[in-house]
Amino acid sequence: MITVLVLMTAGIAIGWILHHKEKFIKISNELTNWAIYLLLFLLGLSVGTNDKIINNFDQIGIQAIVITLFAVAGSVLVSWLTYIVFFKKNER
Amino acid sequence: MKGSIIILAFFAAGLFAGIYNFLPDFMLENDYSLYALYLLMFLVGIGIGSNKKSIDVIKAVNFKIILVPISVIVGTYIGVSIFSLIQNELSFIDSIAVGSGFGYYSLSSVLITELSGEQLGVIALLSNILREIITLLFTPVFAKYFGKLAPISSGGATSMDTTLPIITKYIGADYAIISVFSGIVLTILIPFLIAFIL
Repeated sequence: MITVLVLMTAGIAIGWILHHKEKFIKISNELTNWAIYLLLFLLGLSVGTNDKIINNFDQIGIQAIVITLFAVAGSVLVSWLTYIVFFKKNER
Repeated sequence: MKGSIIILAFFAAGLFAGIYNFLPDFMLENDYSLYALYLLMFLVGIGIGSNKKSIDVIKAVNFKIILVPISVIVGTYIGVSIFSLIQNELSFIDSIAVGSGFGYYSLSSVLITELSGEQLGVIALLSNILREIITLLFTPVFAKYFGKLAPISSGGATSMDTTLPIITKYIGADYAIISVFSGIVLTILIPFLIAFIL
């Protein structure tokens, strides 16, 4: 996992240095998309060959929906508080 | 939205190829995903570093603006912690890990798959795609009833790109820089948070 974090940090430094090279940025954006597509295809593949997940897919789907509702509700409510306390009064 | 449909299409293609055994065995025996993940993380880094908005964002940093991504993280973690208490299937750690995707479904699902397994990876994928969809659909409602930070908060990491247009439409262009800032901070933090949690 350290490798992953080091690679990302190295990427940030290189991207920062080369941010004016339009063609380089364009190619790396395109490659990013294809790396994501490949990884999601591979994730699908390993899920498709995993009977335990396939047989419980409906339950997994419901878990995903419910946890998302909690995550969004929590973040919306806390940021509402932050807004009222720190942001709203400066607007008038 | 278009992006997430393409992603789901690739995921579904892999799913069916797996279920119906379309691919030769050698492709299943070797795990290429780790190397693809290394490549992806490097490229994601380049994307963040070369982002032209990031210079504006650094200029805008102050105490108040930092509170926005902090609120997103704290709020999300409170929400998923409550979720982990009301059911027995997902543990507290697993719930926090899924929440740590903050809408960045491609990256979080792949990282979580690598660290924890496919089942949690799929939950992270679906949950974080849904977070983006909820933000796209409910931004007008959030903005009206829960203040101008609410759509940014709901969008999580997506508030810097995919959900930015709809967010700025409903809360105003003066909040755009806050939205981009929060999205960039969360995007950078996601791999670190997931690695730390799992």
